Amino acid sequence: MASFKPTKVPFLPKLGEKVTEETLYWKNYKSPVQIKEFGAITKIDFSPLPPHNYAVTASTRIHIYGPHSQEPIRSFTRFRDTAYGGRFRGDGKLLVAGSEEGLIRLFDISGRVALRQFKGHTKAVHMTSFLSDGFRVVSGSDDLSCRVWDVPSAVELSSLTEHTDYIRALAPSKLNPDLFVTGSYDHTVKVFDMRSGSSVMTMQHGHPVECVLLYPSEALLVSTGGRYVKVWDLLKGGQELVSLKNHHKTVTCACLSSVGNKLLTGSLDRHVKVYNSSYKVVHNFDCDASILSMAIAPDDEALAVGMTNGVLSVRHRRHKKDKETLTSRRRRGPSYQVFVKGKNFVPRQDDFLVSKPVKQYLRKYDKQLKSFEVSKALDTALQTWTRTSKPDVTVAVIIELKRRGTLKNALAGRNEERCFCLLFFRHIFDPRFSRPLLMVGDIVLDLYQQVFHQSPVVERLLQRLMEVLGREAELQQELLQVLGILDTLFTSLTPRKEVKFWIGSCRNTDQNVKACFFQSMAR
Amino acid sequence: MTERVNRFVLCTSGDSVKVYSTRTEEWLHSLQGHTNQVTGIALNRANHLQVYSCSADGTVKLWDFIDGILIKTFIIGYPLFAIYVSEKHDGIVFLHIAMDTDSKNECFQLVAVHLPKSAEQEVEAKELSAVSSRISPNPSCTAFGREGQYIAFARHLQLNVYFFRKQKTYSFSLKATDKKGAKNAFTCIACHPADDCIATGHEDGKIRLWRNFIHTKEYTYSTQHWHHNAVNTLCFTPEGTNLLSGGIESVLVQWQYGAGNRKEFLPRLGGSILHVSTSSDGQLFCTSHSDNKITVIESSFKVCGVIQGLVKGDAVLTDLMIDPRSKALVLNGKPGHLQFYSLMRDKHLYNLDIVQQEYIYEAGLDQFEVVKAAFDINGYWLATVEERGQKSSDLEFVLKLWAYDERTQSFVLNTTITAAHTDRIISMCFSSSEETTMLVTTAEDGQFKAWCQGADADTQQDQSFWSCEFVGSYHNLKPTNCSFSADSSLLAVNFQEVITIWSPDTWELLTTLCQPPGVVRDLCFGRLSCSKYLIATTTRNLLCCWNLLTCALEWSTSVEVSKLQPDPLSENVAAFSYQSKHTDLFVFKPSEPRPLFTHKNMCSEKIHRAVFVPREEPLNNCDESSQWLNRSQLYFLTQNMDLLTFSTATEEDRMLSSSKRLVIDDSVAVTPFYLLLGKHRQQQQKLNTPSHPAADKPQQPQGSVTITELLHTPAHVLPAASVLCSMLVSSLLISNTGVRKDPLREMESSEQEMNSEKEEEHSEEEMEACDSQQELRAQGSVDEVTPKLSKAQERELKRIRKTDFSWMTGLIDSKP
Repeated sequence: MASFKPTKVPFLPKLGEKVTEETLYWKNYKSPVQIKEFGAITKIDFSPLPPHNYAVTASTRIHIYGPHSQEPIRSFTRFRDTAYGGRFRGDGKLLVAGSEEGLIRLFDISGRVALRQFKGHTKAVHMTSFLSDGFRVVSGSDDLSCRVWDVPSAVELSSLTEHTDYIRALAPSKLNPDLFVTGSYDHTVKVFDMRSGSSVMTMQHGHPVECVLLYPSEALLVSTGGRYVKVWDLLKGGQELVSLKNHHKTVTCACLSSVGNKLLTGSLDRHVKVYNSSYKVVHNFDCDASILSMAIAPDDEALAVGMTNGVLSVRHRRHKKDKETLTSRRRRGPSYQVFVKGKNFVPRQDDFLVSKPVKQYLRKYDKQLKSFEVSKALDTALQTWTRTSKPDVTVAVIIELKRRGTLKNALAGRNEERCFCLLFFRHIFDPRFSRPLLMVGDIVLDLYQQVFHQSPVVERLLQRLMEVLGREAELQQELLQVLGILDTLFTSLTPRKEVKFWIGSCRNTDQNVKACFFQSMAR
Repeated sequence: MTERVNRFVLCTSGDSVKVYSTRTEEWLHSLQGHTNQVTGIALNRANHLQVYSCSADGTVKLWDFIDGILIKTFIIGYPLFAIYVSEKHDGIVFLHIAMDTDSKNECFQLVAVHLPKSAEQEVEAKELSAVSSRISPNPSCTAFGREGQYIAFARHLQLNVYFFRKQKTYSFSLKATDKKGAKNAFTCIACHPADDCIATGHEDGKIRLWRNFIHTKEYTYSTQHWHHNAVNTLCFTPEGTNLLSGGIESVLVQWQYGAGNRKEFLPRLGGSILHVSTSSDGQLFCTSHSDNKITVIESSFKVCGVIQGLVKGDAVLTDLMIDPRSKALVLNGKPGHLQFYSLMRDKHLYNLDIVQQEYIYEAGLDQFEVVKAAFDINGYWLATVEERGQKSSDLEFVLKLWAYDERTQSFVLNTTITAAHTDRIISMCFSSSEETTMLVTTAEDGQFKAWCQGADADTQQDQSFWSCEFVGSYHNLKPTNCSFSADSSLLAVNFQEVITIWSPDTWELLTTLCQPPGVVRDLCFGRLSCSKYLIATTTRNLLCCWNLLTCALEWSTSVEVSKLQPDPLSENVAAFSYQSKHTDLFVFKPSEPRPLFTHKNMCSEKIHRAVFVPREEPLNNCDESSQWLNRSQLYFLTQNMDLLTFSTATEEDRMLSSSKRLVIDDSVAVTPFYLLLGKHRQQQQKLNTPSHPAADKPQQPQGSVTITELLHTPAHVLPAASVLCSMLVSSLLISNTGVRKDPLREMESSEQEMNSEKEEEHSEEEMEACDSQQELRAQGSVDEVTPKLSKAQERELKRIRKTDFSWMTGLIDSKP
């Protein structure tokens, strides 16, 4: 005797992005904390030392925030004009920042007044940084020069004027104190060596360079500018490794995660994209405004994004501890012991074993289907929670009823309230469910045609359904038009001399393109 | 029809009655002797170890079903359709016979036959006395009432009760329909064993309990309704406490007698229930189902045994296939299932659930059916297509791919493709190479698709799923058949009249072969040395063979071929041709102009399904006409759902020589499905034996007559072991001292012995037919072991056997 076979809920392909380990990792951030600054945030830098405070440069001040603080724990406000590029030294004790008036200031983290001021640039200094020995500061300015300063004596050590446009990107080498990389609006990225006093390598980015970034191994260099992100292999003499075009506006900033060296780029198109090691986009963060700056804390604990509207948005990583507090709030179920009670008992040799039949647990709708209570089963499947969060279950029950030939019986004889939930079922345009649901709609209309006008609620719902259907029909028509255009394009593209079977395969790709179009349109 | 005693279940199956054990569910033996369909069986009320069987050949036979011995044959002379007995009427059986010769009216007559008591084995019973002529053709519409006082029979809307004492018939009739649209025609009848109550089942599923029918006017009935379709069978338990009913729903319902509507259910038993019967002590129930199955049920309403034959569906939609792993025959089984049936052991192995949905037993409901299935060459993958809505316009079909799981030793669902094509899938095949598995499907939407197993790079999962690799079409024509060459380097797909050859590596159209007259119906590549040939049959009665090296037509003949089946292990191709209402078989090699084997007028039906079953070990058959059967055996299915096979002469002999209980290869064994096979085999035997020399008889079972006889005699009729022991031991001792000098001389002497033995047997008037058979069979082996002195003992043993031990059976029965 076979047991009852429960309704098979089909495994449907999930629309949208695919879930991988990486997306799960990057999804594991809490919702962002928003902090309002006075102006556009041009630079964010994390302190290399724990507790990993971060300096945020915005307008005429630099604020230092603690890892979880909403208020700045320290702020440097002695700027006469806009401050730029506040960055920590390797030991996290000193901070250097440029400014609009061309002055570079050096602060002690605990102090308030600038320890040193480096004068010499004639135009705004957008980028400043310590070299890795910690005794020298390098700066890139709009006066086309790149200067190196001595910290103890506050004198200019050298000035390099090889760029022909504003210098807006700078990255010092961590392994060699004499090396640093600059990127400029003249579309070039240059590697300077202080020992020779000139550039040792020049790479053509092709667009004004907004940001340069060195991998920890310093074999790879990332430059962003225009819509492009390019990765260069320095060991191969600056050969272009890969060119990525995933943003549709200028890419303004890039940073590397400390776990697995994943590349993150932020752009004016309000997206932060995360790439995996083979430079495929694995995750995407959406922001409210164009992104100007971005930094990620060591261990990926927090991701700070600065935007043009002066909002700093900080995402903290979610930990297991947080989850536990969540679950503890929930009602405690029976303990593990209850479930395993007696299960792990090993019978002795002379014990007589009486096997107990395994009880088949059925869902409520399955129990009702088993006893042929079709209307009740449909009601169970149409419960609000099921139909909103698990529409596939509802649709599976509807299909099962149709297979049994009792769908009409199940739909008939409902009162206003129960009819209401039928019409409220709004997955009718989901291509995965539309077929059975349209069929249900047909049957409902057939059955209740006479009595619809008696209930204002149902009538309103019907009107809404009609509106939505009209909209969908319009959309479909537009899609068909696009399809027609595409068809003509593809036929004109297909060379005539090809053999017939090639057209077959081509048509296949054609269909794929159409499918992609549909998906993007549907979204 | 099933009938059961405590330990045995009897069921009619074709021209024999089969005896099964209820404890072990094993087939014990079959009572063979009728020459036509056995239509009914009934236990002899006077001796419950005996059973009457009636057959359409016009005889009633009385059997001892425990030993499988025919006791008597009563020749009636008319085709019989049902048999009834009652304890009150000793020596009388009641039979259904057709009225006159007018078979169109389906008029049946219930007659009582007095069985003459004579010692002869064949008796003519001519004392017929008609009881009634208002009899339904359905045998379950007649039943004996309490203590055989009356007999109730129904036909259409009329219930008749005939009282033997009054010699009167009372009839009660119902209206054809009432306001609610009920259908009141009677379908079955059961009478309460101790009470004056008749239960009747009706076409609309109602059960009526009739009472007080002794007075025509004052009769009453109560109605109970649970079944939603016709009640097929009704049966009271021996004490009359419960009423069992069954129908198409496949639910056995137990109604408590006199307790109104209280009932118990036993659902999902299998196919629709055809018969229910109870054991004499009421401990066990037994149901027979339409899908060739008997279920044994305890009185506590639990299934305790299932006897399953080859599951018989309405139609075999899938091809006959062979599972490359288990070498089992695979075809449609239970609805929505594929059944695996071992031909070697003639046993149903298991059902693989393809559809995985609850089957609703309801007439006229359109449900998913498995319509296509294919195995890959290693038996690692199975592809199935299930379809629903063939009749209505919205066709639903699902392509499923199953992987073999070594751990669970069965197939596990790997991929489900819901919209593989936009229209019905016509055919599919796996590539035949070992390295890469590829599935090609052709569909009515004018496309063929190649499916490959490949890991989806994005999901990064361990499991690899199947996805479409290539979509091909040719001038928007409809592809029908596809076939891979032996090394999988070529794929042939035919688009109506045109056969296209593709390279599966590059998906390049290599060439097209065109043969104008007729659409291509069947397509296959040659194997082994003939792999350069492509064979196709067309609807215009052409069998064509192309040489793929020259891309030219090698030969073609005009023959109407309904099925083309290549042998995977040899070059041979079998072609079934249907001409002028009978089927001919041709076996040929594509390279040779002359067929290897032809068998004209094989059967009268068209053959659409056939399969070559590889043998476990190849035969060394020198006979030219049957050489093509050396490596594999050909099975084919006729339109009447009979599964037939070809076997060689040596096999026949082996089958005959082996003990009847060990006949495993005998495909006639279990099912009515195999019914015609038996006859067919007899035909074949006649056909094959003349050409076959009797010399190469295989080894025969060894052992002396005494021992075989001892072993073959049922244990309960043997004398006590202490009586036999000394005899047995002494016989063995003597056999060891037997002198073996010259084997030739011994052969001669043994032959002489054989002759003498035969004579003796005749003189002894051995009545038991099967005994003599055994003797004959054992004679071949008498030579070596036959002890000289044992003959006397043998006779003694026989004498002991013949002495009546029926008192013992009484003891045995009284014990439990």
